[in-house]
Amino acid sequence: MHELSICRSIAGVVNRHAAGRPVRVVHVRIGHLRQVVPDTLAYCWSLVVEDTPLAGAELRVESVPARIRCEDCGRTETLEAPVLRCGGCDGTRVSILAGEEFLITSLELAEA
Amino acid sequence: MGRFHRHDDNDHGHGHGHDHEHGHGHDHGNAPGGRFGDVIGDHSGYETGTERVTVLERIFGENERTAEANRADFDAAGVTVVNLMSSPGAGKTTLLRETLRRLHDRHRIGIIEGDIETSLDADRLEGFGAAIALVNTGDGFGGECHLDAPMVRSALPRLPLKELDLVIIENVGNLVCPAEFVVGEHARAMVFSITEGEEKPLKYPVMFRTADLVLVNKIDLLPYLDFDLGAFYANLRAVNPKAITLEVSAKTGQGLDAWCSWLTTVTGRSPGAV
Repeated sequence: MHELSICRSIAGVVNRHAAGRPVRVVHVRIGHLRQVVPDTLAYCWSLVVEDTPLAGAELRVESVPARIRCEDCGRTETLEAPVLRCGGCDGTRVSILAGEEFLITSLELAEA
Repeated sequence: MGRFHRHDDNDHGHGHGHDHEHGHGHDHGNAPGGRFGDVIGDHSGYETGTERVTVLERIFGENERTAEANRADFDAAGVTVVNLMSSPGAGKTTLLRETLRRLHDRHRIGIIEGDIETSLDADRLEGFGAAIALVNTGDGFGGECHLDAPMVRSALPRLPLKELDLVIIENVGNLVCPAEFVVGEHARAMVFSITEGEEKPLKYPVMFRTADLVLVNKIDLLPYLDFDLGAFYANLRAVNPKAITLEVSAKTGQGLDAWCSWLTTVTGRSPGAV
C-alpha cells in the first residue's frame, strides 16, 4: 500500500503549487515499470484528501507503457510485461526509453 | 475519478518520452465545452474558470532530497550503508543475526530496524555489539509498508555513525513498496527465499530490478521443494541482468562467508571510509 505514501507526496507538492487556490484536477504521469495500481491510487487519493482543502480534487493518471531499446541489435519495442529482454535477438543489454516516469505534470486550478 | 488513462490509438511511440502536454483524450465528455482536440501547451479555458499550471515535479522529490542528505551524512562519517529488503518471512532477521555473529569482531556495525509495531526483530539481534536503532512505522494508517528517507533520517541521531564502518537497514518485509523509496543507501541487497516460488522476479520486477545483490536463501530446503532454480535465475535475469547472486542458508551457514565477503568489499569501497 505505498499508494498511500505516493498520494501524501502528491498532496504535499500540490498544496505547495496551488498556494491556497482550489484544485480541480491533478495530472500525474506514471510509467508501467513503477508498479502502481491505478485503482488503488485513486482510492488512496480519496482517503488522503478527505477533510482537507484538496477534497474533491480529481487525480488523473497518464499511464506510460514501458519501452526499451536493445543495445546489441538496436530494436526498440513496447513491453507488455516487465521483462527486460530484446524480443528480436533475446539480448539483455537493453536501455529503458520509457516506463519509469513518476511525475506530477500539471494542475487545473479554479480561478481565484 | 482517477481513471486509468490510456491512449487508445495504439501509438505507443507517440509523445511519451518528452514533456509536451497531452491535450487529447482526457475529457471523455465530462467537461462540456472542454473539448479542444489536440491543443498542445496552454490549457487556459480548458474548463470555464480553470487555469492549468505546469508542475513537472517528481512525486518522490522530497524523499529523494532527504535521501541525499542521509547519503551526505553517511559519506561524511565514512560509513557504508546497505538497504536489505525482502518479503515477510524470507529470513532477513536470521540472516542479519548470523551476519553479525561472523562480522562483529571485524567491523563496527549499526542496524536500522524497520518494524511496523514491535521490537521483536531488534530483540533477536541483541548480543553482538551492534548499535541498533529501531524505527517503528506504525503511525498513520495502521503501519507503513516500507522505510522512507525521513524515517531513516529520524534514526540517525540514535546511531554513533562516526564510530561505525557499516550500517545495514533492515527494511519492512514487503516486495513492492520499499523498492520505490531510496533512503541514501550505497547498495541494495535483497533476500529471496526459495519457498517463495520462481516466478517472483516477474511479479515484483521493481524490487528485483533495483537489487545490486540477491541472496537466494533457505537453499538447504531445495531437495524438499519443487523449486526450479534455473527458472528462477532466468526470471531474475529477465528483469535484472546485472545483479550478483549468492545461494545461502542462514540456518546452515552455507554461502554466508561469500555474503560477508561482499559486505566487506562494499564497506571498503565506501567514499570517505578510512
